[in-house]
Amino acid sequence: MDQPIDFKHKQSAHCENGVVSNLLGFYGIQLSEPMVFGIGSGLFFSHMPFLKVGGIPVTSFRPLPGIIFKRISRRLGISFERKKFRNPAKAMEALDNNLALGIPTGMLVGVYHLSYFPDPYRFHFNAHNLVVVGKKDGNYLISDPVMNGMEQLTYDELLKVRYAKGTFAPNGHMYWVKQIPAEFDLKQAIIKGIKHTCKDMLTIPIPMFGVKGIRFLSRKVRSYPSRLGARKAASYTGQIVRAQEEIGTGGAGFRFMYGAFLQEAAVVLNKPVLRDLSIELSGIGDLWREFAVITGRIVKNRNSADESYDHAANLLLVIADKEEAFFKKLKAAVS
Amino acid sequence: MKTTEVPQDDANMLQGKFREPVYSLDENGNYTTVPSVGWEPKNEVMKEAWDQVHTKTELARQQVLSGLKSPLAYYIEKEIMDIGLLAKYTGMWRWTVKRHLNPKTFSRLSRPTLEKYAKVFNLSVEELIDINRLKSEK
Repeated sequence: MDQPIDFKHKQSAHCENGVVSNLLGFYGIQLSEPMVFGIGSGLFFSHMPFLKVGGIPVTSFRPLPGIIFKRISRRLGISFERKKFRNPAKAMEALDNNLALGIPTGMLVGVYHLSYFPDPYRFHFNAHNLVVVGKKDGNYLISDPVMNGMEQLTYDELLKVRYAKGTFAPNGHMYWVKQIPAEFDLKQAIIKGIKHTCKDMLTIPIPMFGVKGIRFLSRKVRSYPSRLGARKAASYTGQIVRAQEEIGTGGAGFRFMYGAFLQEAAVVLNKPVLRDLSIELSGIGDLWREFAVITGRIVKNRNSADESYDHAANLLLVIADKEEAFFKKLKAAVS
Repeated sequence: MKTTEVPQDDANMLQGKFREPVYSLDENGNYTTVPSVGWEPKNEVMKEAWDQVHTKTELARQQVLSGLKSPLAYYIEKEIMDIGLLAKYTGMWRWTVKRHLNPKTFSRLSRPTLEKYAKVFNLSVEELIDINRLKSEK
């Protein structure tokens, strides 16, 4: 059983896309990271002031962890087996059994105790994905899509990260490919993915999501300094940028990655208009980066009162307008 | 963003462990990835978040040293936890953990309970209850 599975590890920006892309690659389906991201409708925006992590409201540029996964398997007709375990020892045993059968097995882990991860990024974040591909000298061989190469973890280390506690506690959650369809309709899957993203960004009737969410956030940011004081306001706005530029966003809250997807989609669907839109999206991504620059300055001068909050809020309104127009065009392009 | 504009502002956030692929446009308008070591605004907000953690940890350290709180208060902040998370890791109730933040209650805890806490923080029981250790910590 010490024989490693012949698994091609490819680095990617985002863990969920990367794991799916690498796993499918193992079974002979070559889809790039942006393709997985686009078909799984990974682009989103939400700002939920009542949902707090570390006392700071959550802004997110992606749907909940696991959703990209669910959507792509549905749209391509791939079935996954997934399991959770109450007993950690059983969870490790099940993993060993899988490896003995030569099945690369994906799993959810917490980042905080992940020994090979860079320290500044080790927060209590529990929805990181990786694939275990074999065992060597009692250690587990790990394909972590964020890393350049393969990593290793001991039994105890792996057990610890599989049983991290807190929000989204993984509880030893693991998954593997059960069945791959002989053929699937890539074009249809892409169109479905795009339509879903447009719907999410434009029509959810709650002001915290999509384009409306960006306007909502703009109002909040404007009021931060007067409502929270300089120090806390800086923390709150800083959090937005941390979400936007977090490892895995591929820059600018996934906007650039989605652009890469549209460009690939333009070729598959033979719709050159998608290529034009992909370039337009790059421009919107640049605006998001400008927002990050302003915020970086606010955070740097965090202990003094700052007038850039208005500036940042105005920029968010501009972005919201641009994204609204963009997704309307995108919707028209595929329907 | 153009490939030539992908920032390379190193603040040792990734500790040389990997470089992050950033999607950008090359000179022909095709998307491609460029590995980046970091970007100034992001480094700045990361530093701020850690600064926050360190401030809280230092405050807790002072409180423990002056006898206002039990050592648990310090280690909770140091491991970026809160009472709820520590409760989950130890399998105790939140309010039980909260009570144990009181130095008096803490001093009467049984060995098995202390062991539970020590295990979460990767310490021995002796290290956990030794307040003098905190004097030299930053």
